Amino acid sequence: MIRFENVGLRYGLGPEVLRDLSFRVDSHSFQFLTGPSGAGKTSLLRMLFLSLKPTRGLISMFDHDTAALTKDDRATLRRRIGIVFQDFRLLDHLTTYQNVALPLRVLGKDEASYRAEVVELLQWVGLGERIGALPPVLSGGEKQRAAIARAVIARPQLLLADEPTGNVDPNLGQRLLRLFIELNKSGTSVVIATHDIALMDEYDARRLVLHEGRLHVYD
Amino acid sequence: MSTIEPPETMAEPWDKGDPAAPSLSAQLTPAPIVPSGSIAGRSLTAVVAIMTFLASLTTGAVMMVVSSASDWQSDVSREITIQVRPVPGRDIEADVRAAIDITRATPGITDVRAYTKEESAQLIEPWLGSGLALGELPIPRMIVVKLASGTPPDFAALRNALAAKVPSASLDDHRGWIDRMRTMAETAVVVGIAILALVLAVTMLSVTFATRGAMAANRPIVEVLHYVGATDGFVASQFQRHFLILGFKGGAIGGGAAMVLFGILGAANTWLAGTAGGDEAAALFGGFSIGIGGYVAILIQVMLMAVVTALTSRRTVSQTLASIE
Repeated sequence: MIRFENVGLRYGLGPEVLRDLSFRVDSHSFQFLTGPSGAGKTSLLRMLFLSLKPTRGLISMFDHDTAALTKDDRATLRRRIGIVFQDFRLLDHLTTYQNVALPLRVLGKDEASYRAEVVELLQWVGLGERIGALPPVLSGGEKQRAAIARAVIARPQLLLADEPTGNVDPNLGQRLLRLFIELNKSGTSVVIATHDIALMDEYDARRLVLHEGRLHVYD
Repeated sequence: MSTIEPPETMAEPWDKGDPAAPSLSAQLTPAPIVPSGSIAGRSLTAVVAIMTFLASLTTGAVMMVVSSASDWQSDVSREITIQVRPVPGRDIEADVRAAIDITRATPGITDVRAYTKEESAQLIEPWLGSGLALGELPIPRMIVVKLASGTPPDFAALRNALAAKVPSASLDDHRGWIDRMRTMAETAVVVGIAILALVLAVTMLSVTFATRGAMAANRPIVEVLHYVGATDGFVASQFQRHFLILGFKGGAIGGGAAMVLFGILGAANTWLAGTAGGDEAAALFGGFSIGIGGYVAILIQVMLMAVVTALTSRRTVSQTLASIE
């Protein structure tokens, strides 16, 4: 589904922060992306999310060479990827429901056609009571779940999550992990960037470890 | 590494509420993705309103000048003047009668009237004072000739005939005045178009700055839209919608104010008719009414302002988005 070949990344004229990355993310797969702080996890996630171009190498996503894509092509391809940011990136003036429905609205769908689906998902992630709440009044865990719901509402083929348990207590972290596992079972490939060793120990999955700009894969 | 079993349902740990209980309130209906409060709305609406008002005043004023000039032109061109100068050795009264006869015989003429000596004295009274003995002064005599509408007489033939029989007569068809008036009306139109162009340019610049400000204020929203797969066209349309409404609002306020002003001026003109001031204004402007055409032109301008506002903001949004990767 996704293939990196000898990908390198540098910012400006600085040194390469990521070097010779070659790996694949297969359909229905589950992997943790880990490494020390500053190892380049977020940069790699951004390349996976098509918001950062590599300075060298080939990235193929869903059988498309990403270097050849136009901006609108990238936007279209991004609809097949869901992303959960560490800082949630919810829109404060939209209710939980409207935030979660945003990807469907962008697809041009009619509100009546997705209302039941969004409400069902919100109930599934435990936000059934918070549908009409604005993000500023949600707790950290609720925001995290709303961000996850927004990432998966359009049924993406790939889900990327950047430190999804960074803002929550270990108990909620485990519950969120179960949510990701459940999504993976329903067919979504999952990449979770984290440096939470305890979280990774909770589930036996493939690990992509970034260290000093290079990637080591432990299947 | 230990493995944990996923639960049967994800809802159980968190969702304590009754799934059927939460009613979908009006809060759930799609709100604008770009909140209208984040656009510098009021000040920009005021700018668009003022600009539309100025544009409408300009258009109305130009239309009044053009219409008055056209009225004056048609009045002046319905009349010509023959001047008979006193020449030593010739009887001026006989010359005037001969000129009248020749003119009456020309087709396309409805009325010929020579100014009497007293009327001629009245004409020059402001310069020479009253109580003149005209017989002692070589005063030219005027003959006013009214023309039939539609078929203008052959001025060249008339001029030749007069020259042959009354060498001291000269024909003035007021062409100089008409040309001057036409030039004045054309100049007013050109000046009006220049003012409209300036007003449009100022509006576009204001909208450009306001859009850039709105884009900067809403940068997080633009980023999130990109993350959920929105194309630049979709993002632009979210901003354009606000600016189109804002342009219509500002345009309607400015254009409406201009229409009310023209309405009041027109009504005042009617009320003041018969008074000295009213008659002076009516003589100068031909009435403040801009007519149905004027109001239609103002309505078109309101729509033009809204469209220009929307298109300018779209262009600015597209340019800004193109610079965001």
